[in-house]
Amino acid sequence: MTSKITENTRWRSLINVFLKEVGIGVVLLVLVVAFSLAAPRFFSVLNVSNIFTQISINTVIAVGMTFVILLGGIDLSVGSVLALCSIIAGKALTNPSLPFGTAIVLAVTLSIASGMLIGFFNGFISETWKIHSFIVTLGMLNIARGLALQISHSRTIFNFPQIFKDFGTTTYFEVFPAIFLIALALVVIGTIILRKTVFGRMIFAIGNNEESVRLSGHNVKFYKVMAYTICGGTVGIATIMYMLRMGIASPILGVGFELNAIAAVVIGGTSMSGGKGSLIGTFLGASIMGVLNNGLLLIGMGDFARQIVTGAIIILAVILDTYRNKLSAKFNA
Amino acid sequence: MCYPIDFPLSHESGVLMAANKIIELKNISLVFPGVRALDGVDLSIEEGEIHILLGENGAGKSSLVKTLCGVYTQTGGTMLMDGKEYAPRNPLTAINSGIRVVYQEFNLLPYLSIAENIFFEKLPKKGCLVDFKKLYSDAAAIMAKVGLDKVSPKTLVEMLGVAQMQLVEIAKALSGHSRILILDEPTATLMPDEINTLFELLMKLKAEGVSIIYISHRLNEIFRIGDRVTVLRNGQLVATKKASELDIPSIVKMMVGRNMESEYPFDESVTPSSPLLEVKNLIYQGNPHPKSFTLRKGEILGIAGLVGSGRTETMRALFGADTKAAGQIFLNGEELHITSPKNAVEKGICLLTEDRKQQGLILEMSCVENTTITDLKSVSFRGFLNREKETEATEKQISEMNIKTPGINQKTLHLSGGNQQKILIGKWLYRDSEVFIFDEPTRGIDVGAKYEIYLLLWKLASMGRGIIMVSSDLPELLGVCHRILVFSDGKITGELDRKEFDPESILKLSYSEYLNA
Repeated sequence: MTSKITENTRWRSLINVFLKEVGIGVVLLVLVVAFSLAAPRFFSVLNVSNIFTQISINTVIAVGMTFVILLGGIDLSVGSVLALCSIIAGKALTNPSLPFGTAIVLAVTLSIASGMLIGFFNGFISETWKIHSFIVTLGMLNIARGLALQISHSRTIFNFPQIFKDFGTTTYFEVFPAIFLIALALVVIGTIILRKTVFGRMIFAIGNNEESVRLSGHNVKFYKVMAYTICGGTVGIATIMYMLRMGIASPILGVGFELNAIAAVVIGGTSMSGGKGSLIGTFLGASIMGVLNNGLLLIGMGDFARQIVTGAIIILAVILDTYRNKLSAKFNA
Repeated sequence: MCYPIDFPLSHESGVLMAANKIIELKNISLVFPGVRALDGVDLSIEEGEIHILLGENGAGKSSLVKTLCGVYTQTGGTMLMDGKEYAPRNPLTAINSGIRVVYQEFNLLPYLSIAENIFFEKLPKKGCLVDFKKLYSDAAAIMAKVGLDKVSPKTLVEMLGVAQMQLVEIAKALSGHSRILILDEPTATLMPDEINTLFELLMKLKAEGVSIIYISHRLNEIFRIGDRVTVLRNGQLVATKKASELDIPSIVKMMVGRNMESEYPFDESVTPSSPLLEVKNLIYQGNPHPKSFTLRKGEILGIAGLVGSGRTETMRALFGADTKAAGQIFLNGEELHITSPKNAVEKGICLLTEDRKQQGLILEMSCVENTTITDLKSVSFRGFLNREKETEATEKQISEMNIKTPGINQKTLHLSGGNQQKILIGKWLYRDSEVFIFDEPTRGIDVGAKYEIYLLLWKLASMGRGIIMVSSDLPELLGVCHRILVFSDGKITGELDRKEFDPESILKLSYSEYLNA
């Protein structure tokens, strides 16, 4: 009797996982198959490696964004913060008085630390004065961009150390760029945090019912501010990845990155009102956007048309998601 | 047969030739899963009468009103309007039949004008545009009728005071051809002179032939305006009588009823010992009356009083749930400085909120996640959750509390009310506390689950914990508690030991501050 029930629940949870996570994977699979048929070059080692490179930065930012959106918040400042972090890291990296090793370590540390600091401010201000994060991070979007332009005197920084640039172009097993592996590692670490730790449990719980969590004796503000800080931290990491790949730091980087990150999170099935979602979904969402961009280019679609199709796909993905939720709810009822 | 109120009826000032029954309820029952809200209620409303509906919290007043106005459909019995069957399918059909309700919580749109609010359901139109000229003149006419003639119909509702908002609600209710006007606790938030104005208006409406069903906790109002009084208890009709035949003691007796003791366990062997929690001069925002009381180890302390008498607010202040509370709290003689629920929980005080869906459970999450949330430290190691420990802890609660769920990973959303409540209690038992504050722990759950919860309270008491139980169910408090504190209009008006327990005196104490008003 009991074993039957556990078997039953196991099946149910399997179907649930399928409905929740794999649904979006099917979309990705269809896209991959379709593009492979339409453009033979699509599935070549070089192109796959290319896609991996292209989605890495968005994936990393979207990982942080997932934490914030799971709480029912949003971070619009990530693109500008990326520009600011790049200027700070770029200054450290090109400081002639520092040996290469020290300069690199310093640049990475400063980039992540500044990202986290700005994230902390976003969260702290939003939580202390109860201002919606949409407004706070919209303000921060301007502040960070202005700071980046001010500090850099609106100049681009380049001439990074050779070892730094070399790592940026390293590819393992011919298909896995170094920065993609960093992105994957962050998805894995993030998933472990969300699924296996007390902190992750709190993120989901607060996103679902903040008042209940507060009355259960938890410091809700701490967890919320932490989530914004993590988001800022991932932007700091994404900044370094961008610099590795492009070899420049500029105050005009990252325009529109926040929208790509939010799109990846939403396509991945994370609810904008919080409490529901996963980083696997976010990763798949970023992959879909990358595959679309790359595939449409390969089949010869122009820039403008690509934007239109990408936009349509974002909306379609979310419509699909509501159906998936209904199906899942029906199944569980 | 519907009279628009603009055309006064031929009879003089409410004196009717013969009592003309507008609506008749016969043997109405309303059953929800696990709850019998109404049980064979008979009621008739006569033309141009003010009919007072009385009963304790949960006696079935709201259910009856909601059945009348089409929110609920009765599960048994029939309703007749003018002798013909009346079966409103939704609130709109009830409105079209002339039944309007002014609820305790207003349903006004604050950023629209008074006129737009009054005619919101049926804005006068000129072509496809709103005919504002007609809107404002129609509104002004109705506003004059309800005595709201000092403000412009163009005023935004957010600018109005509570009394004026109430008049807007009444004006809205009168904008159609209202035959029955239902007022739910209309005077709860009004000042004495505003109450006088309201009563004058009601007498005027009555004179025009509108019937009024009036729900109130303020018993003294009955004799000022009421023609007949109907008392409900536990979803059943106690009696309908003429107001002139009644006095307050007899009404109280009708409301409370007797012979409930046997449903409640009382363990003579558990006796309260030394003081556990001492509250001195506790004040919370919006209430200037300092409150002091003591809870002893092994004691079940009941808190009686009407909804809105400050019971919940006091408990929340004690728990640090709302900011700006002042006063001293001692636990085992040591003063606590509670500024947040986190503080309170860490010191050993827990609160089970009255609203289990909004503030208690996380409905979208599983039994496990809801159970261990009060003490994640004990099921984790260096911040990592131990799923096995969580499962073990949850299964222990589920079997000890006899919770019925298909599995521990079931979302609490899909559990029944009683089982949800048990999960909520279980989560606090899981983190052992010294003081348990239960706010309405048995509201909306069936008798069997109630009994199990009482037994649980006694188990906690026998372990030397202190228990505070806030409840609107008076027989429950009388049956389960060692001692009862009575709240009335934000003050503590009485403290009774078990041997002094008497439903009438408790009810009198809970009404005492309102009677003086």
